[in-house]
Amino acid sequence: MDLSLFLDNLWNARMSLLAGFGNTLLISLVAVILGSGLGVLVGLALSYGNLATRFVLRVYTDFLRGTPVFVLILACFYVLSVVGVDLSAFQAGVLALTLFCSSHVGEIIRGALAAIPKGQTEAAKSIGLTFGQTFASVLLPQALRQILPTWVNTATEIVKASTLLSIIGVVELLLATQQVISRTYLSLEFYFFAGFVYWLLNFLIEQAGRAVERRVSIPQ
Amino acid sequence: MTPVLKITDLHKSFGDVKVLTGIDLTVQKGDVVSLIGSSGSGKTTLLRCVNLLEEFERGTIEIAGEAIGYREEGGRRRRLPERQIARQRAMTGMAFQQFNLFPHMTALKNVMLGLVKTKKLGQDEARAIAEKWLDRVGMIERKDHFPGQLSGGQQQRVAIARAIAMNPQLMLFDEVTSSLDPELVQEVLAVVRDLAADGMTMLIVTHEMRFARDVSTKVVFMDQGRIAEEGPPEAVFGAPKSERLAGFLANSEI
Repeated sequence: MDLSLFLDNLWNARMSLLAGFGNTLLISLVAVILGSGLGVLVGLALSYGNLATRFVLRVYTDFLRGTPVFVLILACFYVLSVVGVDLSAFQAGVLALTLFCSSHVGEIIRGALAAIPKGQTEAAKSIGLTFGQTFASVLLPQALRQILPTWVNTATEIVKASTLLSIIGVVELLLATQQVISRTYLSLEFYFFAGFVYWLLNFLIEQAGRAVERRVSIPQ
Repeated sequence: MTPVLKITDLHKSFGDVKVLTGIDLTVQKGDVVSLIGSSGSGKTTLLRCVNLLEEFERGTIEIAGEAIGYREEGGRRRRLPERQIARQRAMTGMAFQQFNLFPHMTALKNVMLGLVKTKKLGQDEARAIAEKWLDRVGMIERKDHFPGQLSGGQQQRVAIARAIAMNPQLMLFDEVTSSLDPELVQEVLAVVRDLAADGMTMLIVTHEMRFARDVSTKVVFMDQGRIAEEGPPEAVFGAPKSERLAGFLANSEI
């Protein structure tokens, strides 16, 4: 392995790799933010919705969680265009990851809400809070603290799953790397480099998650 | 004068099990009414009906003349909409056996929450009221502590402050000392005594017979979902009329 050759090529390819990395970040960020927002609603409806709502969302979450992300991405890209919804590869990929994220967040929110003692809701009711106020002030803050570690884990899964968007032609970090490799033939070096970048990104996400966890932890 | 609480012919079942079978009870302003009886006699369920935490099938509960929970509509009984139920719940304050403080909020924030959300008070006003009541229950020094940092007795005192800061017409105490270590019971009972002496109207479910005898203006003995005997504490404890009450008292520590 010729290190200076690799470093030269890395320097030359920096803009395209950076653009790919930027896309990876953007895809992950949008999917996690939209997916989490949607997931809170899903978890809320799974916990408190009527029978029909719960049934529909149960099917939704179980289906999405039981399907490979890869299949979801292909479905969003190819199937939707058949039914007349034309999304770009980028949009289809983000949609697939958002849905994937929402099903996971929905399920962990449901679990966290179910774990909160009934007395919390009763105490909130007894001081005259409506259900909406109880949820916002009493239940959600406790549920969010509880799901934080699992949620951070979901975020890192989304980052990893974003590599699958390369299949439908979204130039995120992996595809950008492959393009560089096809010019330079330095496959080992660049794959190793990409792997390192993914690892570093997820490592930072996990550290940030731990920092937030410490910050919001309830003094005992 | 309109009674603070008027319960008429209250019936409640859990499935096939009849828990309350025709309760009539009137509580006047300033009354301190203790509900005693063995486990399963329906005391706690009665209290929870008054706070609308349980639904009931028959009868009416009026607080300060207002029928709560249900209304008659074309001969049919309907549960009121949630917003109205929430408002009616705030007319009574409840202290629970398990305290049920919100673990992610300080003592002060626990007491302020209802004042800000339900009463729509500004932060400053809510804080002033909350601090006044935390002081009253002897918890002002610990107002910035979280529930997890407080003993059971301290948590219960904060929970009582949280309920009473809402200025309810009636305070409901549901076995507030039952999950406390023996040495912490007295500090909580002292708070309740203090409020009773101040003229607060109260309905108390308790297993502390001595406390019930000392603090109550009226004692109600419940048995199998009914009020079996009621009267001033001297009469109920001193000269029980029924064998069941005599038996119950013989098995209780006074």
